[in-house]
Amino acid sequence: MWSPEYESMAHNRRQELQLKRLRATIERVYKHVSFYRGKMEAAGIIPDDLQSLDDLQYFPFTTKDDLRENYPFGLFATDSDEVVRIHASSGTTGKMTVVGYTKNDLGVWAEVMARSIASAGGGRHDRIQVAYGYGLFTGGLGVHYGAELIGAMVIPTSGGNTKRQLQVMQDFGVTMVACTPSYALYMAEVAAEEGIDLHSLPIKAGIFGAEPWSEPIRKRIEDQYGIKAYDIYGLSEIIGPGVAIECQEQNGLHIAEDHFLAEVIDPQTERPLPDGEKGELVFTTLTKEAFPLIRYRTKDLSLLYAEPCVCGRTVKRMHRILGRTDDMLIIRGVNVFPSQIETVLLENGDTAPHYQLVVDRIGNLDDLEVRIEVSEALFASEVRKLEELGAKIRQRIESTLGISVRVKLVEPKTIPRSEGKAQRVIDKRNLYG
Amino acid sequence: MKVRQISVFLENTSGRLAQVTKILGANSINIRALSLADTTDFGILRLIVNEPSKALTVLREAGLTVRATEVIAVEVTDQPGGLASVLQELEDKAINIEYMYAFVGKAEEKAIVIFRVEEIDRAVALLADSQVQLLPESKVYQI
Repeated sequence: MWSPEYESMAHNRRQELQLKRLRATIERVYKHVSFYRGKMEAAGIIPDDLQSLDDLQYFPFTTKDDLRENYPFGLFATDSDEVVRIHASSGTTGKMTVVGYTKNDLGVWAEVMARSIASAGGGRHDRIQVAYGYGLFTGGLGVHYGAELIGAMVIPTSGGNTKRQLQVMQDFGVTMVACTPSYALYMAEVAAEEGIDLHSLPIKAGIFGAEPWSEPIRKRIEDQYGIKAYDIYGLSEIIGPGVAIECQEQNGLHIAEDHFLAEVIDPQTERPLPDGEKGELVFTTLTKEAFPLIRYRTKDLSLLYAEPCVCGRTVKRMHRILGRTDDMLIIRGVNVFPSQIETVLLENGDTAPHYQLVVDRIGNLDDLEVRIEVSEALFASEVRKLEELGAKIRQRIESTLGISVRVKLVEPKTIPRSEGKAQRVIDKRNLYG
Repeated sequence: MKVRQISVFLENTSGRLAQVTKILGANSINIRALSLADTTDFGILRLIVNEPSKALTVLREAGLTVRATEVIAVEVTDQPGGLASVLQELEDKAINIEYMYAFVGKAEEKAIVIFRVEEIDRAVALLADSQVQLLPESKVYQI
């Protein structure tokens, strides 16, 4: 355990700490962020109304739309001079969700990430290959600083260039790897093609996240590498990777509760649900300075359990993500909203043609096929023109989403519609199984 | 001297071509010439029919993506070198061909070739005073 004083803290002591931090956070956003003050005023509530952790349920939610409307820095609670790092993730309409970190925030992030690595059995003797993307995405740099804090040898390979990844894994004596589960599977596939015996390598564990995955996929990764595969949870809005992770028991993800307060709500009634009931995860940050969030609706479905884990950690655990309340897809670790594709298609004319996204896992890599119904306005009798149209749409989508896609032109009315609304997404990956 | 061709977008799935021809048959529309261009994902069916407007309507009603495309029909002497001399003429006049296909069989020691060209109006004007024999619509639909 990296920080036993916090991870195995007595329940009532943790609650005291949480309440103290929560009150400070709420007072601070009320004072410094007009958005939060406005929301609280509209709800007829003031920071002093928070007398217990239970009172949090009377405070307003924050949504991704709120973040977008305050793009880019409107929700920052500190002077921009205090902000030493920016990260961002893609949003529904092409506008990014931007988050900022003070020096202390980066310290908290490294701390929770160090706990995560320790929870997955890592320590200063480990050699950790960070194959998450480095950049605006929080995956790479998030794991990086946690691994440095723990004193491990950090190998920042970032994403891509699979053959080099495998060479590094073999030659540098990598003992842990961090990447998306689908990329782990893809690397294993390439390793098999190259005749690399992963079981003969010293690698013992992997930290996998940034996209939903299932128990069968865990089993496959563990078998192919001969390692233990740990599920990590995080989102850039809250901090990045390190919000929660599994321990050696691999039975639920331990939430870093001294920094992040988790609730589960019924997404329809918006009422808090008791532990053990499935609903939407809602997080409140307790220590963040630059970008605190109050009751942020993640749109991820999960459930919480309060029973302490046999590993000795006393924090609440969350179940691996069970689904989404919206239509967001995560493809190769990248958030994709159907509306982003609609926006691109609108650039071709006044009305977007009917389209459908078919997501599949071909081999071990996510594949996104965008089917577009060819209307008379788009149609030409020359093959060349239609192929150019497909290529143009493909390039625009790729530059918007940042991932490669395939575009398939289909006949009108071949995309099934129900109640006048086309079924926009077919996800064949069975991620939550 | 332009001729209306019916172009139909088809996915490469079995039975699509049969379905289109069946619709035309059921509406007593006669196919004069056709060509099918195909790629891995889709095909484009190009048709010369006796009643292009009616064909457009019935295919549209059947939910197909269909469009009228302007092409030219050229009479070619049905003997060795016949097509070559027409193509030479087009090349001399810098008329670019997008695609072309020929009528099957038929009459009077002449073959008929359909051309889809770039800048069709310019092409028609250029060919008006040349050796190339363009056929009028009325004649093409009734062949």
